[in-house]
Amino acid sequence: MKLLDVKDLEVQFATPEGSVVAVNKLNFSLDKGQTLGIVGESGSGKSQTAFALMGLLAKNGTISGSAKFEGQEVLNLPEKQLNNIRAEQIAMIFQDPMTSLNPYMKVGTQLMEVLIKHKGMSKQDAFNHSVRMLDAVKMPEAHKRMAMYPHEFSGGMRQRVMIAMALLCQPKLLIADEPTTALDVTVQAQIMSLLNELKDDFGTSIIMITHDLGVVAGICDSVLVMYAGRTMEYGSVRDIFYRPTHPYTQGLLKAIPRLDTEGEILPTIPGNPPNLLRLPVGCPFQQRCEFVTEQCQQSAPALAEFEAGRQRACFNPPAAIATVSGSEA
Amino acid sequence: MFVTKEKRQAIESAAENLEIEGRSLWQDARRRFFRNKAAMVSLIILTCITLLVIIGPHLSEYAFDDTDWSAMHVAPSIETGHYFGTDSLGRDLFVRTLMGGQISLMVGLLGAVVAMLIGTLYGATSGFLGGRVDQLMMRLLEILYSFPFMFFVILLVTFFGRNILLIFLAIGAVSWLDMARIVRGQTLSLKRKEFIEAAHVCGVSKWKIITRHIVPNVLGIVVVYATLLVPSMILFESFLSFLGLGVQEPMTSWGALLNEGSQSMEIALWQLLFPAGFMVTTLFCFNFVGDGLRDALDPKDR
Amino acid sequence: MTKFIFKRLLEAIPTLLVLITVSFFLMRFAPGNPFSSERSLPPKVKANIEAKYGLDKPVIEQYFNYLKHLVQGDLGPSFKYKDYSVNELVAQALPVSAKIGATAFVLAVFFGVSLGTLAALKQNTWLDYFLMSGAMVGVVIPSFVLAPVLVLIFSIGLKWLPAGGWNGGAVQFMVLPVIGMMMHYISSIARIMRGSMIEVMGSNFIRTARAKGLSMSYIVIHHALRPAILPVVSYLGPAFVGIITGSVVIETIFGLPGIGQLFVNGALNRDYSMVLGLTILVGALTITFNAIVDILYAVIDPKIRY
Repeated sequence: MKLLDVKDLEVQFATPEGSVVAVNKLNFSLDKGQTLGIVGESGSGKSQTAFALMGLLAKNGTISGSAKFEGQEVLNLPEKQLNNIRAEQIAMIFQDPMTSLNPYMKVGTQLMEVLIKHKGMSKQDAFNHSVRMLDAVKMPEAHKRMAMYPHEFSGGMRQRVMIAMALLCQPKLLIADEPTTALDVTVQAQIMSLLNELKDDFGTSIIMITHDLGVVAGICDSVLVMYAGRTMEYGSVRDIFYRPTHPYTQGLLKAIPRLDTEGEILPTIPGNPPNLLRLPVGCPFQQRCEFVTEQCQQSAPALAEFEAGRQRACFNPPAAIATVSGSEA
Repeated sequence: MFVTKEKRQAIESAAENLEIEGRSLWQDARRRFFRNKAAMVSLIILTCITLLVIIGPHLSEYAFDDTDWSAMHVAPSIETGHYFGTDSLGRDLFVRTLMGGQISLMVGLLGAVVAMLIGTLYGATSGFLGGRVDQLMMRLLEILYSFPFMFFVILLVTFFGRNILLIFLAIGAVSWLDMARIVRGQTLSLKRKEFIEAAHVCGVSKWKIITRHIVPNVLGIVVVYATLLVPSMILFESFLSFLGLGVQEPMTSWGALLNEGSQSMEIALWQLLFPAGFMVTTLFCFNFVGDGLRDALDPKDR
Repeated sequence: MTKFIFKRLLEAIPTLLVLITVSFFLMRFAPGNPFSSERSLPPKVKANIEAKYGLDKPVIEQYFNYLKHLVQGDLGPSFKYKDYSVNELVAQALPVSAKIGATAFVLAVFFGVSLGTLAALKQNTWLDYFLMSGAMVGVVIPSFVLAPVLVLIFSIGLKWLPAGGWNGGAVQFMVLPVIGMMMHYISSIARIMRGSMIEVMGSNFIRTARAKGLSMSYIVIHHALRPAILPVVSYLGPAFVGIITGSVVIETIFGLPGIGQLFVNGALNRDYSMVLGLTILVGALTITFNAIVDILYAVIDPKIRY
C-alpha cells in the first residue's frame, strides 16, 4: 500500500470575482520513506495542495477528489478526526519561520503542548522529550532555549524549532512548504542537510514544496512540476533533471544560476504566471512557451504517461535537452 | 478623543499610501465612498437635517423663546402648529429642537475647526523642526493624552463662567491631540520626500516649503479627520449641556433639551423622544459616513 | 521588570504635577473669586473669609501651601459647604462611584471581550451580524440618551427596577446605572476585540497551531487570546477615563451620591476647591491607571523590552 495516494485533487476558491481553480486534477503518490518534490512558481497551487491535505485551506476553499493516507481518506475530514492525523501522522513546516511560531508563547511551551495533547505526556516528560528533539535538530543550548520567546531566535534557528516541532510525534509524512525560502543561503544549506539526515533517522517521508529546483535535486526521489494548478511533468528526479522534456521544466532548469557559466546572461522564462481568474483557453503555459502551436491555443494537453514512470502534459514536447547538470553526472 | 483608535490607524495607513500613489488614490477613495450605500444615505440625511435645522425655525409661527402659559406640556399636533409639542414653559419644541440642532451642529463644526487649526499647527511644527523640539512636544502630547479632559473643561467652565464661545474653544482645545499626531507623522515622512529635498536644494525658504508643499499635502487627511471629529464634538457639547454646564437658557442645544426631556418624560415623553431622535440619527449618520471614509481610504477588509 | 514598573510609576509624577499646576493657576487667574458671586459682603467679612482660606497671601505662596497639603492627602476646605473639608465629602462619595464604576468597567471588559471573540469566530454568520449591529447601536447612543430610555422602560413602564437613588448600594439600585454606563464600552471593546481576533486567527502562527492538531477552543484560549487582547488593553486607559467621565452624567440622572454629583454641584455652585480637588483626584487616578495599563501591556507582550 502506498503511504499517500492522491487522486484527482481539486481545490477551488470562491472569490468576489468568481471561482478560482487553484489546484486542477492533481494525481500523485508517495511510498514510505520516499521524498516527493512539488515544484512551481508562486501561485502554481503547490502550497494549496499541501493545505488541502492538512485541512488548512482558507474558509472560502473547497476540495474535491481523494487523498488516501495508508488507505484512509484524509480530505474533507471533520476537524476532530483531522486533529488526530495532524502532527501524529502528517506534520507540516511552513515557509516563513519568522511568523509561523507564536510570538507570545515560549518556544518550550509550543513544543510541549504537542506532546501533551497527542501523547498525553506529563509536563516533565514533555519537557525532556522536547529538549531531546531540539538537540536532534542541532539546536545549541537546547535546555536554555526552551524558556525563550521566538523573537529571541534567528530565522534559521526558528526553522529548526519548526522542524523539531513537526517531528515530535514522529509522523510518517512531513510536508515542508518552502522551508528555506525565507532564509539566508548558507542557512538554507544547513536546513536542507538537516532535513536529509532526519529523513533517514526517523524514516519519515517528505513532500518538499519549493520553487527552487536546486533544493529538489539534493533530497527528492521524484518530482512533480506544477503550473497554474496543473501537473506539467511528473517523474523521477533523475529524469526530470537530466532529461527534462516539458518546455516549462526546461525553462526552470535553465534559469538556475550556475557558477560555471560566468559572464552569460541568466536565461529566464519570459512573462509572468497567468491570472487564475482569466486562464487562456488551452494550455495554461502557451503565452510563455517557445514551442507553442495552434493546438496549444485550442485545448489543454492531457497529462499522459509517455515513458515508464514519467508523465507529461504537452502537445509539442521539445527534444529532451541534456542539462549541464547532466554532464556533471 | 471619541474618535476610535482603529479609525485613526486607518487614516494613518491610508496617508502612507497616499504619498506613494498620489492623486489617483483620492479618486479611488472617492469612487469607493460613493459606492457605499450606508454612507451615501447618511450623507443625504445629514444634509436634510442641516437644511431643516437652518430653515425650519423660520417656517414655524413660534419663536424658540416664546413662552405660553396656556399651552404647557401640549402634546404634538399638526393643528396647533406645535408639531413636536411644547415644554414645561409652553415653548414650542419643534423650533427648540431645531434651534438646539443649530447650536449642536455649530459647536461640532467650530470645535472641529479649532481642533484642526491647533492640531495642524502643533503637528506640523513638531514634525518639521524635529530633534529635541519634536521630542519635547511629543512628550507633552503624551502627558495631555492621559488627562480626563471632560473634568478639565468643566473646570474651565466653573472658573470662567458659562459662555458658548468658551465652550467650543475649550472643546476644540482639548480635542486636537490625535490631529497633531497624524499631522506630525505626515510631516515627518513628507520631509524625507525627494520633492521637499529638491525644494531645499533650489533654495526655497522654510516658510514657503511649509505653506507650498507640506500643508497642501497634509490637508486632505486633515479635512477627513476633521469630519470624524464633528460627532465627538457634538457629543461633548451635549454632555456639558445635559449637565447644565453648556449653553445658557433660553438658548438651547440637544443636550440641554435631553436634560429637560429626561426630567419630564413621565408626563411629556415627546420632550425626550424628539431631541433624542434627532441627535441619535445625526450621530448614526456621522458614524456611517466616518466608517465609509475609513473604508474608502483604507480598503483593507475588516 | 521591577525596574520598568518603578520607572513607569515615576514617570507619572511630572504628569500629575503639570495637571495640578495648570488647574491651580487657572483657578487663581480666573476672573473674580468664589465669593464674588455672593451678595456684596461687607469688606471686613470678605477679608476675614479670604484670610480663612488663605486667599490674601501671594499666589505663589498659596500654590506651595496647596501642594504641601496635597502631599499630605489634604484637598483643603470646601468653599461651598463651609463646615466640611473636600476630603470628608469625597470620602463619602468615592465608595459609591467606585462601586458603580468598577462594576461597569469589569463587566464591560468581560462581556466586550467574550462577545467580540464570539463574533470573530462566527465571522459573517447571523450571530456576527446581530452582535455587531448591536455594538454599532451601543457605540453611537450616548449614555445620557440611553439612561433615560432605560428608566422609561424598566422603571416607569415595567416597574421592575427603581428609577434612581442609592439605598446603600443594593443590587437593584445598581442595575440600571451600571447598564447605562457600560453599554458604550461593551460595544467598543467588542468591536475592537472582533477586529483583532479576526486578524490574529488569520495569522501564520495560528495555522501552525492548527497543523499541530490542537483543538479550536485550545487554540483560541492559549494561542489567540493573548495577542488579540492587546488592542483592548490599549483601550482600557480611554475606557477608564470614559467611565469616570460618564459617571458624572449617570450619577446626575439616577441621583446617586457619588463623585460625579459632587463635581457637577461643585461646578454649578462655583465651589473652586471642590472642583480643583476632584479634577486632581481624578487626574491622579487616571494617570496611575494608565501606568498600570502600560505595565500590563508589557506583561502580556513579551516583545516589549524594558
